[in-house]
Amino acid sequence: MSLDIDYDDAPVKEHKHGLTDKGYVGIAVLLAVLTALEVMLTEIDLPGGVFMALLLFLMVMKFLIVVSYFMHLKFDNKIFTYLFYSGLILALGVYIAALAAFHFFSGG
Amino acid sequence: MNHPPIPANPERSWLPLADTATPDAGTLAADVIDDGHDHDQHGHDQHGHGDHGADHGDGHAHATSTGLSNNKMAMWVFLGSECLLFGGLISTYMLYRGRHEGAPTPNQLYNIPLTSVSSFVLLMSSLTMVLAVTAAQRKDERNTSVWLTVTALLGATFVGAQVFEFTEFYKEGLGFTTNLFGSSFYTLTGFHGVHVTVGIIMLMSVVGMLKRSKIPGDKAEVVELVGLYWHFVDIVWIIIFTLVYLIPA
Repeated sequence: MSLDIDYDDAPVKEHKHGLTDKGYVGIAVLLAVLTALEVMLTEIDLPGGVFMALLLFLMVMKFLIVVSYFMHLKFDNKIFTYLFYSGLILALGVYIAALAAFHFFSGG
Repeated sequence: MNHPPIPANPERSWLPLADTATPDAGTLAADVIDDGHDHDQHGHDQHGHGDHGADHGDGHAHATSTGLSNNKMAMWVFLGSECLLFGGLISTYMLYRGRHEGAPTPNQLYNIPLTSVSSFVLLMSSLTMVLAVTAAQRKDERNTSVWLTVTALLGATFVGAQVFEFTEFYKEGLGFTTNLFGSSFYTLTGFHGVHVTVGIIMLMSVVGMLKRSKIPGDKAEVVELVGLYWHFVDIVWIIIFTLVYLIPA
């Protein structure tokens, strides 16, 4: 068996593309704006359901932006996406079930 | 067939020298190549990515069964498991946030402006972290160290704000054992703060190792892995900030 393995020829499925530094600064500005919006929402008198929905929407948007761009998941191999989101979805499912068991959503 | 003795590799002093007198030595000698790495009978390097030495700092993925870096895969699996940890802590807090007997309520305690500023600081630390990663990918070691240090400083600022907040809450009458709200709040934010602190230690360790050229192989990957951890700590705070501070109890 030959020992002359050229590791440079090994299949590299990762993508090294991403944003430029300016692009990342733009993303950071967007995140700051979304954070400011969240804080502003607490100062506005909105109906409870609308307030919660907007706040949670902004939270999820910020989460997805950081994961996709800063953590490079958007540009990397899909296996990493499956690994992370499977853990996240499992955690969400488990703890939503736990909260439901304690009547959190029914106000009990 | 006798094989010539393989000279000792100072970087791998535990690697036994080939002994031409013993039958097995020939096999061992055949498995050891000049770079000092130990290969099994199939010629596979038993070590993970980054162990090839200084010549392999070019970011090429090691020959793994998936074609992906094992180190990066492990970090993502770890972060997936961290979702379970923080999911448990956050949901426990959500359950007990109304149990504030004998102490001020969350709405009376929380200083939203201070927490907003510290959230902004942590967000900006994520920016400086990703700038460190791109600098490392450009093999710009100086800027990598600069951005890593700035990230650590911003993280330390965040932790300082958290400590200040905890002391203020304690003065207001909310201790760890005062009520269920206090216990769950301090546990959740305390665990997050510890994660940030560990991240700061990791950042400064990488800065030190870069300066001493102690990182073998792909330096950019090491910085990227620390970056993944740091960004995760940031997204946990994004969730905590909204669910704990902004949503009224």
